[in-house]
Amino acid sequence: MNKPKELPALAPVTNEQRYIGMSEPRHGAKRLTEGLGKYIDDLQLPRMVHVVYWRSPVAHMRIKKINKTAVMEMPGVVAVIDGKDLATVCKPWVATLSHLAGIKSAPQHALAIDRACWQGEPVVAVVAKTRAQAEDALPFLDVEWEELPALLNMHAALDEGGMVLHPDLGDNICFKRSLDVGEVDAQFAKAAVVEEATFKFGRHTGVTLEPRSQIAHYSADGRLTVYHCQQAPHMMQDLYCRQFDLSESDVRVVCFDVGGSFGIKVHGYPDDFATVGVSILLKRPVKYVADRLESYLSDIHAREHIIKGRIAASAEGEILAFEIDDLTGIGPYSMFPRTSAIEGNQVVNLVGGPYKHKHYRAQLNVVFQNKTPTCQYRGVGHPIACAVTEGLVDLAARKLGMDPLEFRKRNVIPDNAYPYTGVSGIKLEVLSHEQCLAKIEDLMDYKSLLAEQKSLREKGIYRGIGFATLIELTNPSPAFYGVGGARIASQDGATMRMDPTGVITVSVSVGEQGQGAEGIFAQIAADAVGVPIDYVRLKTGDTETIPYGGGTWASRGAGIGGEAVLLAGMALRENILKIAACILQMDASQLTVKNGKIFDRLNNQEKIPLSEVGRVGYYRTDTLPPNFHPELTVTRHYSQKDFPFIFTNGVQASYVEVDTQTGFVKLLKHWAVEDCGRVINPMLVDEQMRGAIVQGIGGALFEECLYDSQGQMMNGNMADYLVPMATEMPDIEVAHVQTPTKTSLLGAKGAGEAGTAGAPGAVVNAINDALVPFGVYNFDQPVTPQKILQTLKLIP
Amino acid sequence: MQTTSISMTLNGQKIQAEVEPRQHLVDFLREDQSLTGSHLGCEQGACGACTVKLNGKIVRGCLVLAVQANGGTVETIEGFSASGAYRDLQQAFLQFNALQCGFCTSGMLLAAAELIETNPTATRTEIREWISGNYCRCTGYQAIVDAIAHVLEARQSN
Repeated sequence: MNKPKELPALAPVTNEQRYIGMSEPRHGAKRLTEGLGKYIDDLQLPRMVHVVYWRSPVAHMRIKKINKTAVMEMPGVVAVIDGKDLATVCKPWVATLSHLAGIKSAPQHALAIDRACWQGEPVVAVVAKTRAQAEDALPFLDVEWEELPALLNMHAALDEGGMVLHPDLGDNICFKRSLDVGEVDAQFAKAAVVEEATFKFGRHTGVTLEPRSQIAHYSADGRLTVYHCQQAPHMMQDLYCRQFDLSESDVRVVCFDVGGSFGIKVHGYPDDFATVGVSILLKRPVKYVADRLESYLSDIHAREHIIKGRIAASAEGEILAFEIDDLTGIGPYSMFPRTSAIEGNQVVNLVGGPYKHKHYRAQLNVVFQNKTPTCQYRGVGHPIACAVTEGLVDLAARKLGMDPLEFRKRNVIPDNAYPYTGVSGIKLEVLSHEQCLAKIEDLMDYKSLLAEQKSLREKGIYRGIGFATLIELTNPSPAFYGVGGARIASQDGATMRMDPTGVITVSVSVGEQGQGAEGIFAQIAADAVGVPIDYVRLKTGDTETIPYGGGTWASRGAGIGGEAVLLAGMALRENILKIAACILQMDASQLTVKNGKIFDRLNNQEKIPLSEVGRVGYYRTDTLPPNFHPELTVTRHYSQKDFPFIFTNGVQASYVEVDTQTGFVKLLKHWAVEDCGRVINPMLVDEQMRGAIVQGIGGALFEECLYDSQGQMMNGNMADYLVPMATEMPDIEVAHVQTPTKTSLLGAKGAGEAGTAGAPGAVVNAINDALVPFGVYNFDQPVTPQKILQTLKLIP
Repeated sequence: MQTTSISMTLNGQKIQAEVEPRQHLVDFLREDQSLTGSHLGCEQGACGACTVKLNGKIVRGCLVLAVQANGGTVETIEGFSASGAYRDLQQAFLQFNALQCGFCTSGMLLAAAELIETNPTATRTEIREWISGNYCRCTGYQAIVDAIAHVLEARQSN
């Protein structure tokens, strides 16, 4: 089933291309099938102690007194450290970015001082010789506290004269943005069709199967090493330097295997800084592994939005304008260091993104509340923007009596219109909406599905077909963070070294969290140099040995990291050929590297193996010309600077059956056509799509962090917080259009998030399509059976 | 805290150990026996990452106490892999990319192996049902289903 379809060959990007474009398995993953992975909790260090956190039991409280005597007497307890103790080594932070005009937040401490602002905020660190002892001791910590009124409702956060969560800020607005392009009012006034709806998105979270974990080791010589499960090790190195006043030369962040990330592991969490602070205070290794209950309260949440949306269309089926008003709640603080305003900002940038209308108005309010902080999670704003856009598009098509696929075909930005500036101002290099729509129509056999749907409806079986066209930002330039003052690199680097026997060690600043980054880097390196893939070894994750770079976020690993590997490989190949030319007394341009050997380009004759180049290059430089110095280690960096982002595009379709008696939705099938430029490994791209689609389906149908009226999360455990399991998931068919970006040699765009971007819109549209005979629809995610029955007015 | 003596056959070897009566089997395996291939995802029996074999059947290592394994036979992913009995399944996981981050993989493999043993003609639907006690956040499950189906088919035709 998941055998990737043969892709039409693009022109090769390297001289001797064998691996790029092929479904090469991830050789580095073999040990993970043998139980030989190395995750943080698997590591033990000498003198290591364990920290657990006493967290705020309520949404908002004043901390009156912390009595440590009883807990200090518990067996194995080494230290009990509160916010004031920790503030002696760790500075507070305020997470804002200068290019998000007007953004504000309050100072946040690693451990709360005086006041805690969400259920789960860390307050006191209890350190013991074993994890069990630390947990045993925790109930003996006596914190005197007084509950304060909690601000939970997003609308209430905007009330004049209502409670202000951080009085010093004046109001509860973290960030506000308005956009008004063209003549929106005039378009709505003249439109033949105006449709509007309110879209709700349940706050949900990433649920990495490996919880957040780290070991901080501050040694007596003033050096800090943090073993971490993180997506951006250099970003963390910089944050530790700044918050603890350390030098970059003294801070090392090391990532080994990371058990899922999805954006959850790309932030600076308060308990992360607290664990480092505890290690600095105790001068010994400290391990912190979140248990699942605290993961739900302390991992970032995302996507709590209520959006009022409107669309205007002409009688001929032309989209004239969109208008949205987005209200989103982000918890009590903007999250460090990426801020919590990006998600809403993306929604404003992306609504209506696939279409060629010229009129658009958007209003955004990002507000504080006493819930877990939210921040960037896989897809960041895209799943919301897509579901709103595509929901409105379906409403308009339905009102016009037009087929939804046909309506999309008429309105997408044509494939020959690029480069193009979208109505929100986004720069689109080159997209392929028309090709993707044509392809999905074939892939799903749309006509037959429509016929099947019609005939089943007559039998009382309600099936629906839903589409979601999407754009996705990938390969970001410094415009994302760097220009706003965040010290998060948009460039990445690769260092490539040929060892004497001809093996190639590649060290890359983009790491591996399971997506297959190391796998595709090995493919690119092997092709760029001209060696079999088993010559290539990958090193990632250790700030002490990798080049400086951004890491994994915003679908940038393949496009940015992959390009750096390609450039380094091509440079190394050139250097290899220079040495070979000296040895063979030929011109380098006459030679090529193929399958680990030097060949004469003209007659394809094998000359010498790479091991001979290595032998001479390292041990017998005396035999080379006097002024020639072999360089068998090269480093290349790459950053994408031509556009703020390189957008990808795609379309997804979902086929569902709704049981109108029980409200249950059965996912019958899902299709995706994706254009991520040059596909480096079709199998891995397909698997990124499938995994991301299923995560998107989670948000659409199951996942929600449910809070009671006091701000207590009610389902913060794996049994009560529902996620997609194998039984409920459909088979997912993936196909590709390849439109390489011209901003790099490789031409690859990102592929890790588009699945999550499109799936919720497609599934919700399919459900609403199934409900058409009843004249009702629902745009309140997650679409639970209860909500469907309410929509059908079968229950109150 | 008081400890108690237990003995068991662990990955084919007889062992004796002193454990706290409250210690979970998976903590015993990971912390005391350095067998870190079994993982902890939830500690409440929901995710299946800690799946190990006790007396021939898969169990949640976080819902069984080490003392309950006293006198029994325990197999972890390390022993499972060393035995070579399911090398085709491990290979199929790589070939189909049925793992991404790898954190669920040990449990998923042990669960899949029990299906292969008990229902050698399982359909895709039956595979999906069988592994729905094992949480995977990365793959979306299809590649795992494909890998298991591939092994079932190959073993049938052999």
